[in-house]
Amino acid sequence: MTTDVAVEMITVVIDGFEVTVPKGTLIIRAAEKLGIQIPRFCDHPLLAPAGACRQCLVDVEINGRAFPKPQASCTIPVEPNMIVKTQLTSPVAEKAQKGIMELLLINHPLDCPVCDKGGECPLQNQAMSTGRSESRFTGVKRTFEKPINISSQVLLDRERCVLCARCTRFSEQIAGDPFITLNERGALQQVGIYEKDPFNSYFSGNTVQICPVGALTGASYRFRARPFDLVSTPTACEHCASGCALRTDVRRGKTLRRLAGDDASVNEEWNCDKGRWAFKYLSSKERVASPLVRGDDGELREASWPEAIARVASGLTGKRVGVLVGGRATVEDAYGYSKFARVTLGTNDIDFRSRPHTDEEAAFLASTAVNLKITYSDIDKADHVVLLNFEPEDESPIVFLRVYKQVRKRSLAVTTVAPFATRGSEKLNANVVSTFDQVTNLTEKSVVLVGERSAEVPGLLSAIAAHTTAKIAWIPRRSGERGALAAGALGNVLPGGRPVSDAEARIDIQSAWGVDSLPTEPGLSTSEILSSLNSEGGLDAVVVGGVDPADISAEALGQLLNTFVVSLEISHSAVTAIADVVLPVAAVTEKAGSFLDWEGRERSFEQAIEGALITSRSDVRILSMIADEMAKPISLPSVTSAKKELLSLGKWDGKSAAKPAQPKSAPVSVSGNEAILTSWRQLIDLGSLQAGEENLAGTARKAVAVISAKRAQSIGVANGDLVKISNERGSISIEAHVANISDEKVWLPRNSEGSQTIVTFGAAEGCLVTVVKA
Amino acid sequence: MSKLSPVLSAHWDEADSFTIDGYRRNGGYNAAKTALDMDADAVIQLVKDSGLRGRGGAGFPTGMKWGFIPQNDGKDHYLVVNADESEPGTCKDMPLLMANPHSLIEGIIIASYAIRANYAFIYLRGEVVHVYRRVQQAIQDAYAAGLLGKNINGKGFDLELVLHAGAGAYICGEETALLDSLEGFRGQPRLRPPFPAIAGLYARPTVVNNVESIASVPAIIANGVEWFQAMGTEKSKGFTLYSLSGHVKNPGQFEAPLGITLRELLEMAGGMRDGHELKFWTPGGSSTPMFTQEHLDVPLDYEGVGAAGSMLGTKALQIFDETTCVVRAVLRWTEFYKHESCGKCTPCREGTWWLVQALKELEAGRGTSADLDKLLDIVDNIAGRSFCALADGAASPIVSSMKHFRAEYQRHLDLGSCPFDPIASTLFAGVHS
Amino acid sequence: MSYSSENIATMDSIIARYPRKRSAIMPLLHFVQAIEGFVTSEGIELIAKKLELETAEVTAVSTFYTQYKSEPVGEYHVGVCINTLCAVMGGDEIYKSVSDHLGIGNDEVTKDGKVSLERIECNAACDYAPVVMVNWEFFDNQTPQSVKDLVDGARNGNPPAPTRGPKSLRTWKENSAVLAGISDGLAGEGVSAGEPSKLGLKLSKEGK
Repeated sequence: MTTDVAVEMITVVIDGFEVTVPKGTLIIRAAEKLGIQIPRFCDHPLLAPAGACRQCLVDVEINGRAFPKPQASCTIPVEPNMIVKTQLTSPVAEKAQKGIMELLLINHPLDCPVCDKGGECPLQNQAMSTGRSESRFTGVKRTFEKPINISSQVLLDRERCVLCARCTRFSEQIAGDPFITLNERGALQQVGIYEKDPFNSYFSGNTVQICPVGALTGASYRFRARPFDLVSTPTACEHCASGCALRTDVRRGKTLRRLAGDDASVNEEWNCDKGRWAFKYLSSKERVASPLVRGDDGELREASWPEAIARVASGLTGKRVGVLVGGRATVEDAYGYSKFARVTLGTNDIDFRSRPHTDEEAAFLASTAVNLKITYSDIDKADHVVLLNFEPEDESPIVFLRVYKQVRKRSLAVTTVAPFATRGSEKLNANVVSTFDQVTNLTEKSVVLVGERSAEVPGLLSAIAAHTTAKIAWIPRRSGERGALAAGALGNVLPGGRPVSDAEARIDIQSAWGVDSLPTEPGLSTSEILSSLNSEGGLDAVVVGGVDPADISAEALGQLLNTFVVSLEISHSAVTAIADVVLPVAAVTEKAGSFLDWEGRERSFEQAIEGALITSRSDVRILSMIADEMAKPISLPSVTSAKKELLSLGKWDGKSAAKPAQPKSAPVSVSGNEAILTSWRQLIDLGSLQAGEENLAGTARKAVAVISAKRAQSIGVANGDLVKISNERGSISIEAHVANISDEKVWLPRNSEGSQTIVTFGAAEGCLVTVVKA
Repeated sequence: MSKLSPVLSAHWDEADSFTIDGYRRNGGYNAAKTALDMDADAVIQLVKDSGLRGRGGAGFPTGMKWGFIPQNDGKDHYLVVNADESEPGTCKDMPLLMANPHSLIEGIIIASYAIRANYAFIYLRGEVVHVYRRVQQAIQDAYAAGLLGKNINGKGFDLELVLHAGAGAYICGEETALLDSLEGFRGQPRLRPPFPAIAGLYARPTVVNNVESIASVPAIIANGVEWFQAMGTEKSKGFTLYSLSGHVKNPGQFEAPLGITLRELLEMAGGMRDGHELKFWTPGGSSTPMFTQEHLDVPLDYEGVGAAGSMLGTKALQIFDETTCVVRAVLRWTEFYKHESCGKCTPCREGTWWLVQALKELEAGRGTSADLDKLLDIVDNIAGRSFCALADGAASPIVSSMKHFRAEYQRHLDLGSCPFDPIASTLFAGVHS
Repeated sequence: MSYSSENIATMDSIIARYPRKRSAIMPLLHFVQAIEGFVTSEGIELIAKKLELETAEVTAVSTFYTQYKSEPVGEYHVGVCINTLCAVMGGDEIYKSVSDHLGIGNDEVTKDGKVSLERIECNAACDYAPVVMVNWEFFDNQTPQSVKDLVDGARNGNPPAPTRGPKSLRTWKENSAVLAGISDGLAGEGVSAGEPSKLGLKLSKEGK
């Protein structure tokens, strides 16, 4: 990482070699620069030094004066005139390290053959490099009940623990969730939870990854594989727009685990539990295994690719077709849809927003969001961060970690525009306000993180588009949206951010694509496409790529019923159940591609699994086949070709699209037991990519209705009592949680067990409901 | 003339010595008045000039510690008194606080004024309820008398004093562990730097001093530097409390100038109990390497004890006669260190665990001479390798006993059992059936 | 067990002593023991709520310190010092005899809930060895018989007074309240100092 200020450099001598490092560098890391590996357990570059395990002892001398005892190299920064002797050159350091290793092993069980960590275990490895071949300990080893579940997804084997405190320090310092702590003391010290409160942190999996022994293991991976049987591929996370680098470990064509990858400028070395542990959908029994065509009997039957493609082509030819693109399409696939819509179908009726959306938002995306360049490093440098209808812990967890890091490090000021103070905003010491107008102290160094739910507040994105002081970033919840926007998978914007309404922009693309013309009218939005399907003179076919209609509206699925539907899907779904043709597409592990994270940064990945489902292929390739069949080719036979072509188009440098200019709507007034609904999706919920992940689901935050104390009193309920929330479409009975929320509002999780607002109420935000005691 | 110099203990024989009236009757709180009339820096200088050194074990010059506090830094400063007296053998601060708590409070007023602290804490070990009562009452009375709180003595100096009970953790006598404990965390030592003088309690400049060190300050202010310097030795000035315990005829507290010898103290204690002779003793608690008869004439000051291979420590002289099995004594101390290890670092946590097992074997007479060498090698891998000094303390009794009494360890192994009768060393030996 | 509004007010006053409220965790744990006799889950949850901490953080602290008990102790908690000096001077014999007498071991409670036993470390009264602490009050120069008498008295509701302490022995809960900083007004009771504490002073006055 580069910094703006020149850093003072210091030269030290380690084992006779000079090395020059920035001031503040710890000895252990200066040694790494020389390729000298000092053994260690508690040391972790992203955690505050602990000096606890004492494995990294070295001899240190400053200005000719030697420390009388060996020092922990993980706690001492280099200084001028420092001479360090590691185990390589100091017999004292070497004996000290061997002595510590012996002490670490006296109480360590010899269960390496059945331990998940075996084969990739720092203790095992360093016992080989630094340990004795035979133990001198003839006494009785310390034993604990093994293992204990500290959450539904993490198990703790206290016998294996070396008390390095990496896990507890991570939980406190990085995640802000000190749900696991060191308990007891001395030889009985152990990691633990409070008996009634499990380790339900959204980031708990990182502790499994950084545990230097097999003390913390993941329930889903436990006893499943040996590390040396796994093939690892660097990948990117498909769940959200945070942009985590991942490592996917595969054995015999099956993903067995995913780890956080290292990317100092994005996710550092962390990820969230959803990114780590929600991947069973990849190998689900529900995967669509071959193309399916609906027969005259109304049933889907397997078909060959040529037959299916021919059926699609005939079904779409001559029709007015809309294109719905899922929010987790790769950039390349989204580009395929974008070009397919314009070139093959001759329409701008394409939208990647399978969620509540507005025309105001489309204008904001085309005019503003598509050009944004704010990055994680702007958060690092910000004087004030505003969370605008954005709950980072739930909606982009790595953004949360980055903001939290700055809050801890330098008390970064955070304001959240939210209905109430969530656990996440409490950890950020955020000032809670209810509207953007109430945010003060914005400077050119401030960063406003605009959540996708801002679209649900009429007039807000217009205000943001017009804002000129602070830096603006738009953070969609899903991984594919920023890339789909860049690829033009939206009705009013062409690839590279070119406005559809701009003739020059169209000519750019027209000539690049070698077509005579492009549709000139901005296309329909997702909801307009859906409603048009059933209206006179409207659309009469639709291509649906990875969309769950329940995410859009209560009516969406019904709107797909009486029309020609082509579904590109990985697994059987509500859409495949009614589709005329189902085309199986490759999941992220089965194809190469890239996402753009919320920053607009490319997150590319290679194919991790080969030949798992031989029939599946990337969306863009399938679309290219259909286009060929329809004789309006898009000529994108591969991910690589799509990527290349999109890159060659470059970014639009002409006039931006018109900004939205929608006025604020008048506040809704409520009376009696009425309330205005507000909701968002919690990180761990009923999202389709989390299907089958029971261990993960066990750590979900409980679904509750958040109401104010005044409302609770007026309807006669206390914390934990059941309330019934209803409107004319449906109702939800759920536990009440009394908090400091506006008396007029009620908050519900948008898509959790027992609380699905869109399908129940037909809306996710802003609608009137009544709240009564259940 | 007496070799003793009771100052802190001068009035412990008065029935109301612990009350504010009793304290004032003997001139109490005059020194605070004097100090508050002085420039704060002058108070620090006076304490520096006196040569007062920390009475908690390390012997660091008290005035110098105060001088490390950055002044005019706009931050809150804190004074924290370490009353967590838990080092085995150490029993001076508890009787001092029970009989004369106001000397500490007066010292706190003076020290806080000097370092510009408006908040002070007494971290008292929790296992001494009656001492807690006495200190608590003394604080209440001092507040009532206008000696604590706002605008003390009308001099514009404010001081809040909070008494805080520990809850059973020897490690909290280590100053950074004490600060973590006082902040509401587990009492585990902190990384240094930063040192408490820069970032102590709540990350603010903090002085941590032992009870006796602070309680000694009023007498120095009242009687002057020369008076104080007239006592003691060249580099170990003044008076201090020596605590004799164990197999002496009359154990107790002896306040004397630094540099007195055990021979002199033993004489005052009436000698060893009848019919027995000195075998080994600790000069300053169990963490200080043990001495034997050879060391009867070592001057008990910081330099003298150091030169003889141990440390003055807390001047807790635990005396053991020839009926005592040194292996048993060492095992028991080792069990103590194991019990009190905070668990943070490997050598202390795992090492004390192993040492207890090893010593149990040896005490039972199981093992060979090679196991004695192994014991010393394990100790070598623990001492000087740990996060704080607790493990060094744990090593002391083992190393020093092996130095002086290796033959006795060997005798256990030769016999296959402990050669000592534990009843013979009890206070009620011969009385109790 | 529920905490009364008066209890809650006391907790608030304990918190108010400190510049930062987390510092109140130790006196609050003593206070929980004053109300409930040991550190209960209700106590942990209440402290966590009061101090805005996670329950795990409170657990981490309460399990670190040996005076905080995770199980009930007796109304009279008897600690026999078994650190080296007291052990050698008779603590081991005292412990064995009282343990046999009561039929309970370390960290155990008599069936009637009156007396519990603990092997304790050095309690800073070595010149009074062998030392026994009951509810953390000093019982100096003990013998196996004196401690048997002591626990018998305690079980009969008539425990002897501490050697250096209040005129009558207070219960575990009452003394826990003192450690939480709630004054019981008994500071004036008891001697200024025991004889060994005054020995040097006496000799000095005699010119020795």
